[in-house]
Amino acid sequence: MTSIDTERTVSLTVNGVPREARVPVRRVLADALRDDLGLTGTHVGCAHGVCGSCTVLVDGEPVRSCLVLAVQVQGAAVTTVEGLARDDHRGGQVLHPVQEAFRECHALQCGFCTPGFLVTIAAGLEARDAAEEITEEEVDELVGGNLCRCTGYTNIKKAVRHAAATMREDAR
Amino acid sequence: MTTKLFGEPVRRREDARLITGRGRYLDDIGAGALAAAFVRSPHAHARITDIDVEAALDVEGLVAIYTYEDLTGPMAEPLPVLIPHPQLHAPRTGYPLADGVVHHVGEPVVMVVATDRYVAEDAAERIVVGYEELPVVVGIDTARAAEHAVHPDVPDNVAARHHQETGDVEPALAASPHTLTFTQTIERSACTPLEGKGVHARWDPDDGSLRVYSSTQASTSVRAAIAAKLELSLDRVEVIAPDVGGGFGVKIVHPWPEELLVPMAAMRLGREVKWAEDRREHFVSSAHERGQRQEVTVGFDDDGRLTALDVHVWHDNGAYTPYGIIVPIITATQLVGPYVVPVYRVVVESLYTNTVIVTPYRGAGRPQACFAMERTMDRIADALGLDRAEVRRRNLITPDQFPYDHHLTFQDGRPVVYDSGDYPGLLEKLTALVGWESVEERRAEAAGRGKLLGAGMALYVEGTGPGPYEGGHVQVLGSGKVLVSTGLTSQGQGHETVFAQIVASELGVPMEDVEVHTGDTRRFGYAVGTFASRAAVMSGNAVALAARGVREKALRIAADVLEADPSDLEIDEGLVQVRGTPGASIPLRTVAVLSNPLRYAFDEAAKQATQFATHDDTKPPVAPGDAPGLEHRDYYSPLRSTFASGAHAAVVEIDPQTWEIDVVQYAVVHDCGNVVNPMIVEGQVHGGVAQGVGGALYERMAYDADGQLQNASFMDFLVPYASEVPDVVIDHQQTPSPLNPLGIKGAGEAGVIPGSAALASAIEDAVGRRVAAMPISPSELYDLVRDDTAERTAASTRRTGATA
Repeated sequence: MTSIDTERTVSLTVNGVPREARVPVRRVLADALRDDLGLTGTHVGCAHGVCGSCTVLVDGEPVRSCLVLAVQVQGAAVTTVEGLARDDHRGGQVLHPVQEAFRECHALQCGFCTPGFLVTIAAGLEARDAAEEITEEEVDELVGGNLCRCTGYTNIKKAVRHAAATMREDAR
Repeated sequence: MTTKLFGEPVRRREDARLITGRGRYLDDIGAGALAAAFVRSPHAHARITDIDVEAALDVEGLVAIYTYEDLTGPMAEPLPVLIPHPQLHAPRTGYPLADGVVHHVGEPVVMVVATDRYVAEDAAERIVVGYEELPVVVGIDTARAAEHAVHPDVPDNVAARHHQETGDVEPALAASPHTLTFTQTIERSACTPLEGKGVHARWDPDDGSLRVYSSTQASTSVRAAIAAKLELSLDRVEVIAPDVGGGFGVKIVHPWPEELLVPMAAMRLGREVKWAEDRREHFVSSAHERGQRQEVTVGFDDDGRLTALDVHVWHDNGAYTPYGIIVPIITATQLVGPYVVPVYRVVVESLYTNTVIVTPYRGAGRPQACFAMERTMDRIADALGLDRAEVRRRNLITPDQFPYDHHLTFQDGRPVVYDSGDYPGLLEKLTALVGWESVEERRAEAAGRGKLLGAGMALYVEGTGPGPYEGGHVQVLGSGKVLVSTGLTSQGQGHETVFAQIVASELGVPMEDVEVHTGDTRRFGYAVGTFASRAAVMSGNAVALAARGVREKALRIAADVLEADPSDLEIDEGLVQVRGTPGASIPLRTVAVLSNPLRYAFDEAAKQATQFATHDDTKPPVAPGDAPGLEHRDYYSPLRSTFASGAHAAVVEIDPQTWEIDVVQYAVVHDCGNVVNPMIVEGQVHGGVAQGVGGALYERMAYDADGQLQNASFMDFLVPYASEVPDVVIDHQQTPSPLNPLGIKGAGEAGVIPGSAALASAIEDAVGRRVAAMPISPSELYDLVRDDTAERTAASTRRTGATA
């Protein structure tokens, strides 16, 4: 008897880089990212799809990587928190406005849930018309699906407004 | 002068790594380590009849299986009673792996080690454990009835009877113009940090040493416990708390079974072993808190002033008492709050049940204490037809009464003597902030929209910063970098930032030069831990004292070089200079180089400290009593705790169709003495309020009569999302503590304490029915309002309209 019935090789693009991993078919995406590809920025908080800590973007859409098998993202483009900042082509990085806003607004404490919030909010802000002022309904929608036990969300909402304002400035 | 850093909302140092995915949490460490998984008891109380591992042995990738039979020496003995107390007359603790009997669902029975977690769980599910079920005790009433015992040698299920009194309460009650007696209950909740517990261990067989990473709030004591249990010399064990994904109290308990078993396996196997707790494990095998039943008898005069208070609390401590009776003691002693209580008696009976252990969760017995006292104030106001704020005002300790001695003994064994405070100031600020005077107008306006509006308030005093001590080490390197270390741990409180602010301010260096390390026994071996809102008070003062020691030495060395008197020197932006004499200066980094006389010049800077570069041959290079290096270690050990305080008010709107409770306003006035970083303190308050609201309206542990936790997931245990947490408005008051050099008090737990009390008060005010059990859901509120026997408040009968 063997506990690993089948393995597959999964090819995907992670943070813009083509990657390949040989994984058991039952391995969830979160574990593949963390253990097979070494991207430990994605955290598993509940492993049943409720807390949102493990959220990554699959082809631009937020996905709970604890509920998706690695083999399901064959050929997809995955963005993790490690991929939010952009290369500044001078050996450094330019943080995404949401990352900057989280630091500026003290929107994180322990930081464990933060990657899930960051990728979700980044995707949401990029999908909207940056020139439009963000509404409170939009803010609530962007932060409403993830759990944070430290911040009480006040500063996370503040960070969303801050990031949206920055992106609005940039869009002008 | 150096940029003022103490008291500024400096942005956090921690964030650069945490927002880019470069944090290092427990499960991020040790790629390739073997994984542990546990077979845990599915029964709340049972005798183990057989453990059959046969079917697991075929699992490819299985490395080892351990049961109680495999434990030797101290590992085969019960886990320690961490905080013994004379009134804890029947302490009981479990074993790292169950020895024949399990006392709650989730108790570890077998540990499996395999090549990865998937495989370890494959093997674990093939292990067959036979159980003979025993009678189960769940809930305070069942435990008190004691038809069955959780531990056969504790037939009444009473682990401890904690008792304090400040006078003869019965005559005082008999002589009181009015008395009220009532009962109320508060349910279990839990910390539920987003990161569960976790342990990684690496044994070096050549060196005979063990390195353990643990997601803990107390790395030094975990180290000591591991050394004792695994029979290692303390110097062969190092324990490091890496980035920790939230604690809120649950990670102060130690050693958890896994903190001993994972290192044991690493030693026996000679391989790295890791265990990261999953969410269900966290619900059923970590710890809960809060469950209490309270019976209060209060005496008061015609003006609503307290004359006597008699409180009996029944406290559910779960199956074991590893953390002693800390939660009962805190409830007992913090119950008096900001009030003058002429005669007080409290008895807390701590009861065994077949449920997971009860140990501190942020607030640690204070939310229950506040619930008892503040609801007492509300009842007095209701009985006398007085305004709730006014009754509180009449009973408050006044600023001229400090230090105020309650004649009680606190959790640290020290007297409950309030160091400083301005409670009337808090109340005044609170009523202004929430608009207390206009509640009736708002009630009428809400009624016009078909909503029931109510307001409530709650005040608290929080003992913070208990001893025995913390230490700090500050070292200036020849590069100018300033290394700071303290032994206590961090779980998101921003210690790297606030301790850097303190040291930079004390030493006169740019904050960028300061690097802070916490919770690493390799850097600092003496510490107590992070709990009871103590980190800023204890380690903040310790690193300040250490920085002052470094400053003194730096000035002494610089004075020699500059041929000046040390008292004429100042340090600003990392430069030691003669005050008022521009140019007469020496960089602190050069002082650091000179502080260590050298023979060998390993780099350019070192040349300055070698034997032919220095000139005074009349003295030994290192003076008697001195030491090489620009560093200092110091400790802060307080006489007793500091006492922070605060006041919260909540306004709720209730929909009389759905009975949904909407918190439309939440106001906080907070006093934690001098504030190191107001941004971080506000963040702590925000987080605490969210947990307070969660505990008041959503969170409970739903055990059934068989001791099965029915809601052991985030699907069913309702941690609030953003949509459930109100916006919080905060006003500050700063009453410095006279007890410590920095004048600070703790802030970590404050926000959570008055949540249930303030919201119960607001809901009661809205619906006119007595709210005596928290949390309260819309369904429960509906049942309460529809219950003809439910007690109506006197205020509601005086009011016309706008009541359910």
